[in-house]
Amino acid sequence: MPYAFARILLSLLLLLPLAAQAGEADDFVAASATQQAKLLESWAAMPDLKRQPLLDALQQGRVAADGDKRAFVETDAGYRAAEGDAEPQGTPRKLRLNNRLRGLIANAQASHGLLAEDAAVRLSAARQLQKSAQPAQLPLLAQAQAREDDDAVRDALTLALANLQLVDANPAVRLAAVRLLGETGEPLARTRLENLLEPGVESDAGVRTAAETSLAQVKRKLLIGELLGQAFSGMSLGSILLLAALGLAITFGLLGVINMAHGEMLMLGAYSTYMVQILFQRFAPEALALYPLVALPVAFCVTAVIGMALERTVIRHLYGRPLETLLATWGISLILIQLVRVLFGAQNVEVANPYWLSGGIQVLPNLVLPYNRIVIIGFALAVVVLTWLLLNKTRLGLNVRAVTQNRNMAACCGVPTGRVDMLAFGLGSGIAGLGGVALSQIGNVGPDLGQSYIIDSFLVVVLGGVGQLAGSVMAAFGLGIANKILEPQIGAVLGKILILALIILFIQKRPQGLFALKGRVID
Amino acid sequence: MQRRSLIKAFTLSASIAAMGLSWTVQAAETIKVGILHSLSGTMAISETSLKDMALMTIDEINAKGGVLGKQLEPVVVDPASNWPLFAERGRQLLTQDKVAVTFGCWTSVSRKSVLPVYEELNGLLFYPVQYEGEEMSPNVFYTGAAPNQQAIPAVEYLLSEDGGGAKRFFLLGTDYVYPRTTNKILRAFLHSKGVQDKDIEEVYTPFGHSDYQTIVANIKKFSAGGKTAVVSTVNGDSNVPFYKELANQGIEATDVPVVAFSVGEEELRGIDTKPLVGHLAAWNYFQSVENPVNEKFVADWKAYAKAKKLPNADTVVTNDPMEATYVGIHMWAQAVEKAGTTDVDKVRAAMAGQEFAAPSGFTLKMDEKNHHLHKPVMIGEVQDDGQFSVVWETDGPIRAQPWSPYIEGNDKKGDTPVKSN
Repeated sequence: MPYAFARILLSLLLLLPLAAQAGEADDFVAASATQQAKLLESWAAMPDLKRQPLLDALQQGRVAADGDKRAFVETDAGYRAAEGDAEPQGTPRKLRLNNRLRGLIANAQASHGLLAEDAAVRLSAARQLQKSAQPAQLPLLAQAQAREDDDAVRDALTLALANLQLVDANPAVRLAAVRLLGETGEPLARTRLENLLEPGVESDAGVRTAAETSLAQVKRKLLIGELLGQAFSGMSLGSILLLAALGLAITFGLLGVINMAHGEMLMLGAYSTYMVQILFQRFAPEALALYPLVALPVAFCVTAVIGMALERTVIRHLYGRPLETLLATWGISLILIQLVRVLFGAQNVEVANPYWLSGGIQVLPNLVLPYNRIVIIGFALAVVVLTWLLLNKTRLGLNVRAVTQNRNMAACCGVPTGRVDMLAFGLGSGIAGLGGVALSQIGNVGPDLGQSYIIDSFLVVVLGGVGQLAGSVMAAFGLGIANKILEPQIGAVLGKILILALIILFIQKRPQGLFALKGRVID
Repeated sequence: MQRRSLIKAFTLSASIAAMGLSWTVQAAETIKVGILHSLSGTMAISETSLKDMALMTIDEINAKGGVLGKQLEPVVVDPASNWPLFAERGRQLLTQDKVAVTFGCWTSVSRKSVLPVYEELNGLLFYPVQYEGEEMSPNVFYTGAAPNQQAIPAVEYLLSEDGGGAKRFFLLGTDYVYPRTTNKILRAFLHSKGVQDKDIEEVYTPFGHSDYQTIVANIKKFSAGGKTAVVSTVNGDSNVPFYKELANQGIEATDVPVVAFSVGEEELRGIDTKPLVGHLAAWNYFQSVENPVNEKFVADWKAYAKAKKLPNADTVVTNDPMEATYVGIHMWAQAVEKAGTTDVDKVRAAMAGQEFAAPSGFTLKMDEKNHHLHKPVMIGEVQDDGQFSVVWETDGPIRAQPWSPYIEGNDKKGDTPVKSN
């Protein structure tokens, strides 16, 4: 059957030069979407390097048609005829492509890529063909594989060929193809093998057994990828929870202030990132990719200063009165939200990932680790380490711990408790600001950003045990991983409910959280 | 003493009378129009622009001399994304402010909340957002799309060759009435097209969900089993983390296209759209539609945003619900002119068959019977500038089927509105 199809295509191709005096680009532009698809399929089966510029232009969406239906390519200097040197009739209009045509263009590009001099280009072409190759391209692939001298490219081509050879007339060829597929961990190989095992598809018993073995092999490889993926997403969710909660672990955990405005510190950190991005866009567009790095100190300073101002003006007067603190900080959070709404509008603002935080790294065929999540996990751990060093290795940290453990005694020993309170609150707010920078890279930046994290933050701190950094770290990663284990089984909605219920039960049983301070420190 | 208090009483009553008089004089000069959109809370993101669009349209009508020679006077209230508060504010508009008509609501749950109030007090509500159908009240005019004007054509497109010939469908939505009902209709529709249950996966997330790692991984796994399309009824700003995750995990529109029913130009303002090029949205209007009416509409809106100093005025966009608001207000004004009064029953009768040349480029007609607009359906692809380019559209406006034939028992429901209680 595939050969019949190829034959039809070949005959079409033979007819083409007769019909097409105008040249391929002009033909393509004038054709209907269905005809364009046919053209692309035929080009994919019979690559010709002369077509390469046209395909490149198509892939980049630079092909346009003028009033006479002739093809033009958009360049920096305006429109240039794709064939000949005609001037456009009127302003050319960009060619409208749909997803099907884009897929076919990518496939045709890959066919042409096999003819390239550069082995790297041939390799990526071969990889693309593993996914998209059509039966009509079989002879082409076979030829390319036979003449290939680069080992990596030849292996990739062999695999691409194997996908098509599953329906070969010769059982021996089919058997080899099935065995080869078993060695890959491709999600697509699994479907192909499963299709082969459907009753009535494969007649040869030997091939069937081989397919079963290969299928088990592929499934095992896929399972490993899946488990690793789940572990990674659990870690990633945990690191986000940790960044959101770490500032609160200081303001609430160490200072004992029920700080409802903590979420707004995250939000202000995210908006600082946005402002830094805007400034870079305006004044240093060439260094735009580096803006998150600059945003870190900026966000830290902005939120720390706001936090210290809050502590001096409002919270200082409310120490020892948790209910009033709760109401006052909640009021502050509403004021901050409304302020941001007035300044920046109720709409979310756009914080774009720089190129080094977009995309991901392909670890296994079914496992892609996004860069922004990898960076955030590392960043969360770095912030934890720095905070720990600050609290345990510096004089400020010593003072903070002294004040937390026994305020009166610390004051007697000459610790300026008021100043320490202010600095500690500033530190907590500043760390929340750092969290805001990280959150801006994965989620929305809007006035309500803090609201969606405040409950999670309190959960983490309370579950981990008030007054302990280590507890917050354990709780954040524990919650993240538990969430990701539950989610695929029972769905996101039920998973969230179940986690909440479990935490309530746990707190009933153990009110002091995972880790409790030991000794005579509780006032 | 007595005389003085008499004088006092007299001046007081006189001033009250004068106030009352001035009130009635003013009332005689203007027609009050209620605007019921959330200006704070989670839905503020979408609804604030509808409030501004309504005010702009009212300004436009007033500049041309108003309706029946009277100026329109907008009464803006804020139900704060709080569903029961919608009913309270609606009652306030009808009984205290005595508005002639109300334009408002976005989520279906807010509409369901005000519906009993408007039916009880015989008010008039124009609802501008696409929704799940299953409702037809004599007190509501629906200027957004019913399922057959959005969801079903979109899935038909995905099944077609140009749409990629999808064989498997991943239905992803936020967990509330609109996505659940829509997906129920779509499942029945897909069954009728021969798609089996094993090729349909339905997944819901809570409002405001922001961690889409697992779901995107599942989409990838699901799509290995054959040509897959994702139908997204995710609402609100959850869309941003969803699309970011798609891009980061390397799912491209050519492999797995996502068609969204609640993502428009406004929602894309908060996203870097470069990785999203090729993903789809189905609506009845896009800002990029080219025709003179739309050019004027977009230019007017940009000028209005600048003049009123709306936040981020230099990047404002128009979208489908804004167009539906604009069309709704103009149609109501036409109907009042035709009826010669703002009386609800007479305006309702005059609305039947009302026509308006809309920014979508078509002359839209209010159906004679079912209170829904006849609308064209368009499918647009996300471009790198946050706009959509139309890849498919119907030849003309199609009639709404609020009672979807794909839900059992709907064939017995009538074609004229009846009160729900």
